[in-house]
Amino acid sequence: MKPAVMTTQDPIAAAPPAAATPRHARGRSRRGSILLHATVISASAFAVFPLVWILLSSFKPKEWIQSSQITLVKEPTLANYQALLANTDFLVWFRNSAVVALFTMVFGIAMSASAGYAISRFRFPGKRPLMWTFLITQMFPVAILIVPIYTIMAALGLINTPASLVIAYCTVAVPFCTWMLKGYFDTIPVEIDEAGRVDGLGPFGTFWRLILPLARPGLAVTAFYTFLTAWGEVAYASAFLNTNDRFTLAYGLQTFVPKSPALPLWELLTPAAVLITIPSGIVFFFAQKHLVAGLTAGGTKG
Amino acid sequence: MTAATAAAPQRRRGIRRTFDQHWYAWAMVAPVVIVLAVLVFYPLVNGIWLSLTNTTEANQAAEICVKSLGGGQVCTPSPDPARFIGLGNYVDLISGRVGRFWPQLEITLIWTVGCVFFHYTIGLALAILLNREFKGRTAYRILLILPWAVPAFVSAFAWKFIFERDSGILNAALGVVGIGPIDWFATTPTALMAFIVVNVWLGVPFMMVAVLGGLQSIPAELYEASAMDGANPWQQFVNVTLPGLRPVSATVILLGTIWTFNMFPIIFLVSQGGPAGGTEILVTGAFKAAFEGIRNYSLAATYGVVILSILVVYSVGYRFFLRKQGEVW
Repeated sequence: MKPAVMTTQDPIAAAPPAAATPRHARGRSRRGSILLHATVISASAFAVFPLVWILLSSFKPKEWIQSSQITLVKEPTLANYQALLANTDFLVWFRNSAVVALFTMVFGIAMSASAGYAISRFRFPGKRPLMWTFLITQMFPVAILIVPIYTIMAALGLINTPASLVIAYCTVAVPFCTWMLKGYFDTIPVEIDEAGRVDGLGPFGTFWRLILPLARPGLAVTAFYTFLTAWGEVAYASAFLNTNDRFTLAYGLQTFVPKSPALPLWELLTPAAVLITIPSGIVFFFAQKHLVAGLTAGGTKG
Repeated sequence: MTAATAAAPQRRRGIRRTFDQHWYAWAMVAPVVIVLAVLVFYPLVNGIWLSLTNTTEANQAAEICVKSLGGGQVCTPSPDPARFIGLGNYVDLISGRVGRFWPQLEITLIWTVGCVFFHYTIGLALAILLNREFKGRTAYRILLILPWAVPAFVSAFAWKFIFERDSGILNAALGVVGIGPIDWFATTPTALMAFIVVNVWLGVPFMMVAVLGGLQSIPAELYEASAMDGANPWQQFVNVTLPGLRPVSATVILLGTIWTFNMFPIIFLVSQGGPAGGTEILVTGAFKAAFEGIRNYSLAATYGVVILSILVVYSVGYRFFLRKQGEVW
């Protein structure tokens, strides 16, 4: 994958993407302006609606959640949250998920940053095949890997442990993150590395002391991506975990959905959805400023 | 003889030099390579092997052990251990004798094409709008990316809640206009449509962000020059914007297709592939083969190999197609 269209952006200047050359509004008619706002507003409403609706519903008593009347909030109550936290294993699952997600994030960033840097800066035998491998691993369906990985984990005695999930999620997230970070490192001028070397830093020192601090936007996006991968993964969690005290949220929540025709326990699912979204929302909030710059450095260059 | 002895140390010195030159690069990629080798390539080979056997949960063990009364174990060789059966699984799967390969493939294709088409077109449209300067742009951008921050399984439940037949808000809203309650997951077309809506909602932010980055890398001079030549906005879009976006588009459409093809949680969590397997895609079919009922590991692996082959063929074709259009990629 050769770089196709390249604009060498200064990574520091590119950090706040909102400031990067938007097209100007010169001569937009009043009608065009109204149309623009109407489109963006309706799209945003569509984007936010399910979240708002779940949030509102989580405060309703059970009868109103399952009624066919549309009510915004009727008889608001925290009873659902109380029931969820007191009567179910939600907190245990939450803790499990947090452990898995944090470890995945730390290992994922460490591995993809060092590999991404090596691929961006050094020419070494095996570099091109490695780049290809990263793309190809994206194609591996869970279906082909899950049984053999299950067997490996069983052989290592890791079934039903958080470690098995951290390892599995790293294999999912790291190739894409390496690719993305490689693109981001490419936007950092090589002169910085050279200056570091002149000042007597080794390759690792340059990477650690000079490049990583400059790559913060890229790292933020990687953190977001790895966290979200681990926080929301279903298939491996459903396959590897088998006791209630080890479930992650993605698996635990399925216990609130009994086999049909029984209805899902919405009075538990809605508050759970709200609480689960909060941590990923926080990570998102810190990363969102950098998403455009961090993600497309890799995207434009492949 | 002398030539051979002279060449060996030289070669060793060559290897030595390569190693000295590259050891830090290799050290930095080593963790990734090891993890991928152990957890992607070994399983891949293992999975391909598994697909050529008849391994199921029932005949997986080579020995069958029974606890005896004294607390010990008595093991006897399994009467019917898993064995190599060649391409038997593939024949069974593709002829439709086991599982429902062709209907699942059809659903997978509709699902993938539908999702990627809407992801890209909507993402492109929103990115173009957001690339203009107007009041509240940053706020809109955050709101529009927000669905990305929600884990897919939460979105699956949120949308299941909205589509619920008796208490869902969608049917309640339709009821106001006089359209009777629709059981969205009772028929395949409506269920599939619902899934595509959910996944489009989920996937547009990624596309939008990627395209936005691509738009920002198009030099403004190109727009100025084309405006000077009298191009109208549509002509600018076709002749400047789209070509400028090609590298980004090529990558995200390929990745998006692969991701959507293998997208597991939405369909699995919202309807378990219902009604009666009508919306099962290949990946959920494979998962069910592997982990439901008598676990048919070899069939799941067969599914896996078939899915992988389809995607590899697609990617190679895709690259070939881009090359033909003059894209060096």
